[in-house]
Amino acid sequence: MTENDTPLPLVRRHHWIVRVTHWGTAVVLAGMIASGLQIYEAYARFGGRGGPFLPSPFDGTQFPHWSRLGGWLAGALNWHFALMWPLVAFGLLYLGFLVRSGEWRSLLFRPRDVRGAVAMAKYYLHLRREHPPQGKHNPLQKLAYTSVVVFGMLAVLTGLAIYKPTQLSWLTALFGGFQAARYWHFWIVWIFVGFTITHVILVFAVDPASLRAMLTGWYRGRFPSHD
Amino acid sequence: MTEGRMLRRHDARLHVDRRAFLRLGLASGAASLVAACGWDGGNAIRPQLLDISRVNDWVGEKILFSPTRLARTYSSAERSAALPSYFISNMMPMLDDPAAWRLRVDGLVAQPLDLSLDDLLRMPRVSYTVKHHCVEGWSAIASWHGVPLSAIVERCRPQPTARYISFASFDAGYTNGWDLASALHPQTILAYGMNDNPLPPAHGAPLRLYSPTKLGYKLTKYLVSMTFTDTRPGGYWEDQGYPWFGGI
Repeated sequence: MTENDTPLPLVRRHHWIVRVTHWGTAVVLAGMIASGLQIYEAYARFGGRGGPFLPSPFDGTQFPHWSRLGGWLAGALNWHFALMWPLVAFGLLYLGFLVRSGEWRSLLFRPRDVRGAVAMAKYYLHLRREHPPQGKHNPLQKLAYTSVVVFGMLAVLTGLAIYKPTQLSWLTALFGGFQAARYWHFWIVWIFVGFTITHVILVFAVDPASLRAMLTGWYRGRFPSHD
Repeated sequence: MTEGRMLRRHDARLHVDRRAFLRLGLASGAASLVAACGWDGGNAIRPQLLDISRVNDWVGEKILFSPTRLARTYSSAERSAALPSYFISNMMPMLDDPAAWRLRVDGLVAQPLDLSLDDLLRMPRVSYTVKHHCVEGWSAIASWHGVPLSAIVERCRPQPTARYISFASFDAGYTNGWDLASALHPQTILAYGMNDNPLPPAHGAPLRLYSPTKLGYKLTKYLVSMTFTDTRPGGYWEDQGYPWFGGI
């Protein structure tokens, strides 16, 4: 089967910094989550000794062996505290690039994107037949890519809050104390997991050409226009 | 663009998607096997991870640690119902003859000391109610009282070359190494009391190290000696891979 209609234009889409930080973050985040699940096993609940505990369906859960990195608590901690450096470095490099290049304009979700986001949601829910017109990213993508950066920052900040609860006590207090900061740090993991699953499904279901674009930088697909 | 052309392209895409999905599934399965599997990094990566842990120790000690910032204190009404206790001996370590117990202070000091519990009780006393943080992730609030470590340092007068203290115990040789700055923090004490009572055997009687600026595994119980050194002393858990600084 061939695509026998009008040839789609080949456009330059992702700068190398975006591609390197995207895949680098994917690998590092996988390591952070896997070592985090190993760390979680040492005290699989949220609350001081003797309770009360914050509500969580994962109380006492031991995550499967294959999902954990580090072998034991010390090994997992060393992985976690080693990978935090490249995670933060990739994040800062990516954000620095967005600011310097002006690319943030096509990614930042702003109030004016709300209307378009509703239209996109309707399309995905089959309440609308036509794919709404869009630039490089549609408003729902902007919402996803903006919020995942915010959650990334929260992951780092809650992590610091439980890493140094005495020296950075103001940060720990901001998240509601040591155990609450652990709680948020843990829940952000599931937001990342949910984001990644949705992201990968949408890449293949809606715009497979974007996978090549994130690998090579070049895009030949349905949404070639730039903002 | 006509409706028909859109549909044809849609069909083509679905066909590709199934194969791509399969490839992706295989790739991610292989990746997670390589990445995780309860793997600790093996002999190739473990030393590198420990090197990075040293860097993190440095950041914790030289950049994040403040010699004057005090940990938050609580009221005694906020104490946790229970504080778990750990020791590495098979049975709870107990002294055969508590009256014969002494704390030995030696190493790179001008004045080595042998202190009895009565000697310690006569020295300045600090008490506080603070949150205990375990490396496992649990926390609990308890009150502690004892001698500020700075008072011992004042008495034994370390030599200028002394940079670390090695704390030793009678709990099957459990030890910890500390940097001098953490030891001199105003909330670092040699505790002989807990929750208004004498220190119970479960928590390190007759004397334990305590500080709300360190994780629990750094707080040596069942103390017998503190030795000032110019090289960084190891420790029971630290030698097995736990972060050496253990500061929070």
